[in-house]
Amino acid sequence: MLEIKNLHVQLEEEDKQILKGVNLTVEAGKVHAIMGPNGSGKSTLSYVLSGKDGYEVTDGEATLEGEDILEMEPEERAAAGMFLAFQYPVEIPGVGNMTFLRTAVNSQRKARGEEEMSASEFLKVIRAKAKDLKIDADMLKRPVNVGFSGGEKKRNEILQMAMLEPKMCILDETDSGLDVDAMKLVADGVNALRDEGRGFLVITHYQRLLDHIKPDVVHIMADGRIIKTGGPELALEVEHNGYADLLAEAV
Amino acid sequence: MALPQIKQDATDARLAALEMPQGGWSQAAREDALSRVRSMGLPGARDEYWKYTRPDTLVQPDAPKAALLDADEEPIFGEVDRLKIVFVDGVFSAEESDDLALDHVTIDRLADARDIHWAKDVYGVLEARGQTPVQRPLATLNTAFATDGVLIHVTGKAPKPISLIYRHASETSDAILHHVVKVDSGAELTLLENGPAAARFNKCMEVEIADGGTFHHVRAQGRDHERRAATAIFTRLGEESVFKSFTLTANGVLTRNECVIELTGDNAVAHVAGACVGDGDFHHDDTVFITHDALNCESRQVFKKVLRNGATGVFQGKILVKEGAQKTDGYQISQSLLLDEDSQFLAKPELEIYADDVACSHGSTSGAIDEEGLFYLRSRGIEEGPATDLLTIAFLAEAVMEIEDESLQDEINGRVEAWLSRRRG
Repeated sequence: MLEIKNLHVQLEEEDKQILKGVNLTVEAGKVHAIMGPNGSGKSTLSYVLSGKDGYEVTDGEATLEGEDILEMEPEERAAAGMFLAFQYPVEIPGVGNMTFLRTAVNSQRKARGEEEMSASEFLKVIRAKAKDLKIDADMLKRPVNVGFSGGEKKRNEILQMAMLEPKMCILDETDSGLDVDAMKLVADGVNALRDEGRGFLVITHYQRLLDHIKPDVVHIMADGRIIKTGGPELALEVEHNGYADLLAEAV
Repeated sequence: MALPQIKQDATDARLAALEMPQGGWSQAAREDALSRVRSMGLPGARDEYWKYTRPDTLVQPDAPKAALLDADEEPIFGEVDRLKIVFVDGVFSAEESDDLALDHVTIDRLADARDIHWAKDVYGVLEARGQTPVQRPLATLNTAFATDGVLIHVTGKAPKPISLIYRHASETSDAILHHVVKVDSGAELTLLENGPAAARFNKCMEVEIADGGTFHHVRAQGRDHERRAATAIFTRLGEESVFKSFTLTANGVLTRNECVIELTGDNAVAHVAGACVGDGDFHHDDTVFITHDALNCESRQVFKKVLRNGATGVFQGKILVKEGAQKTDGYQISQSLLLDEDSQFLAKPELEIYADDVACSHGSTSGAIDEEGLFYLRSRGIEEGPATDLLTIAFLAEAVMEIEDESLQDEINGRVEAWLSRRRG
């Protein structure tokens, strides 16, 4: 599904390497988790994959189902099936959540040469999906993320994911700022989307989220590289011992 | 004191080109206004109040030619159940207007001169009060020479909005209209205005709101790009009364919208808001003066401007809190979204406060499209153009949301969307 080879990235503004040769393959139907200390490059990886400005790829490649995504615009990547659940979802006053989502769904459909979703069909689908995430009609009508609590914002991200049905989902610290109940709700939403044809890359600081979203593979990232890969037990090891031992090992 | 020669000459030339309507109840007010204009002189480029907007084309004897709008969309408010009053190049059109009859409202025309009329107590009165501390001679000129307008007396809750519709049919039309609205105690009216009025348009509206009265005003100006307009609203509010005015302006080489508000009764509320979108030689000026002269009043000024390809936006807004106007709550924000480096926004926010227990805040900013927001929308599959449009609508939202009626908000947003998507081609 997602294949990253020897990815080197630096900030455009300054001559500073952030990613120093990342290798990673996420297969369809699998959940991969990336853990790592602050500043290890986890969020940068998610931004580079989804096409944010300000980063320069100096070496390596990234493909989604064999297609080079690094040359694509962010909207082209989205249409190709890439989705990033933001750590800090952006507030957009004056634009209704529903309008925004329908514009997004139909923009992607149009880009893929598919028929656009009618207003009534869209309404039917979104109501059902919103209900599962305990998102009420009022939240759908309100401007995008404006006045939403931390938990509501993250649930709204998952709703977008559910509506857009991407092939590859990247979750950037989706657990940050969530209480236990909210985390459970978000995790349930993610688990409902687990599917043979879909890959997940879950970026997190804590093992806690991975109790709810059970990963198939866990990677530890440090200083712009993946330094260790293992099964779910690796996350538990980090939880108990911290990163220090792993970092020492890597050196 | 004698006027500077250049101002004297410009004023004489303009006055020579005008003819004062004669007779009827307004005669005395008109003559008084004429003598006030003579002593003030018309605005000149050196006047401080016209530092950011050139008044010459508003003052010169003949209206500069302005191409007619080749409308490719239905006029706004088409879906609203309303009483329509139509002016073509500043001339009332009985044929296109509805019957001027509405429950709890009397509507007359300024041009129907009679000897006695209630409007005598308002016409030119609020305008004259609004001349201090800053002179507004174009409005005084209007009082003296207005050829027509509507006189609306609201005695209860009007069952539907009154809609003033302007049509521009001649490339050289020069229209001067003066409207008077009197809202009685506890009465309520929504006034809509839309359409290109004339090649040059001088419009003055005086709104007297008695205790507990409510007046809503929603206006759409444009899209006739070459026209020039100077408009002024003068309003005085009684106790617990409400005045809310919103203006959308799309296009226009020269628009100056002045609004002068006097809060004279306790617990009164006045909101004035504007959203404008323009490009190229678009020049838009919002000039607002709000005087708090009573206890516990609230005022809000919310102005947002979207400027591209060298467009200019101006905001001059002042809150004056008089001695004794305690518990005043004043808010003023003026912001521009500059979509390129050629456009400019000139802002002069002012506060003058003589009471010690007040809350007044003001802010003014200029910025570009929010990159974080743009990436967020694009990452959901929305192309850069439509994503920029959505963020532009988001930028204008605070002003548009000053309109209480949600369906009117939608109408305004629809116009902005259409304007933006036309610009993308």
